[in-house]
Amino acid sequence: MSFSIKKDGEVVVVDVEGQLIVGNRQELKQKVLDELERGEKKFLIDFSQTGYIDSSGLGVLVSLSKKIREQGGELRLANLNDDLKTLFELTKLDTLFQIADTRERALQSF
Amino acid sequence: MPPALNDERSDDRVRVVEVDIPSDVRYIERVVELVRRECESMAFAKRQTAFNVPVALTEALSNAILRGNHDDPAKQVHVRARIDTSGLIVEVGDEGTGFDLDSALSDPTTPDNLAREDGRGLFLMRKLMDRVERVDAPSGSVVRMTLHRE
Repeated sequence: MSFSIKKDGEVVVVDVEGQLIVGNRQELKQKVLDELERGEKKFLIDFSQTGYIDSSGLGVLVSLSKKIREQGGELRLANLNDDLKTLFELTKLDTLFQIADTRERALQSF
Repeated sequence: MPPALNDERSDDRVRVVEVDIPSDVRYIERVVELVRRECESMAFAKRQTAFNVPVALTEALSNAILRGNHDDPAKQVHVRARIDTSGLIVEVGDEGTGFDLDSALSDPTTPDNLAREDGRGLFLMRKLMDRVERVDAPSGSVVRMTLHRE
């Protein structure tokens, strides 16, 4: 499991490879907060290479969403597979996040 | 409360996974993968092996490590899973005193709770498994989850 970060124009794109769970959530949180501290405002987290997410992973996404918004920024999620879509629907977090089907659509939505 | 699983061993029709881990969240993925693979070998539905089992078991292990054993690596978490063609029964035991499953019924999907960062673990276990219950154990606390094979 790992996280890679790159810039696409003005957007910081984070790829989550493997799981986003209690054992690695802090790593993702810190990476995004570091970018936020550098003054970045637009964030996209891409789950196309993600296996599963647990409640701790969801908690980190909620936390990051708040912190980014507090700094006047925006967060988008993209490429949730069917299981991840179900997870967001079960927890109703699909109503809290802006979720795009593809990375391209997410990038266009900023 | 029902009794804990007995000492049955693996054979062609039944797979048993039994493992003790220190209270360290870095062990969770390995245990989940062991159980997930055995469910796969019993032809569970893909959604169950890719979603229901990994997420619910991660939650149970996380609860045992962080809440039951307070993240103390000197304390052990015991996992015993029984998998056959009818389903999975997995028990996760810690050295804590446990908690009342029925008292932890707050709904994380209400407008008041939706933006909370925590409080979804037990909710997901219940949603993704057919049954979640505490079982009798000589010491510590044991949670049993049951999932019928699709």
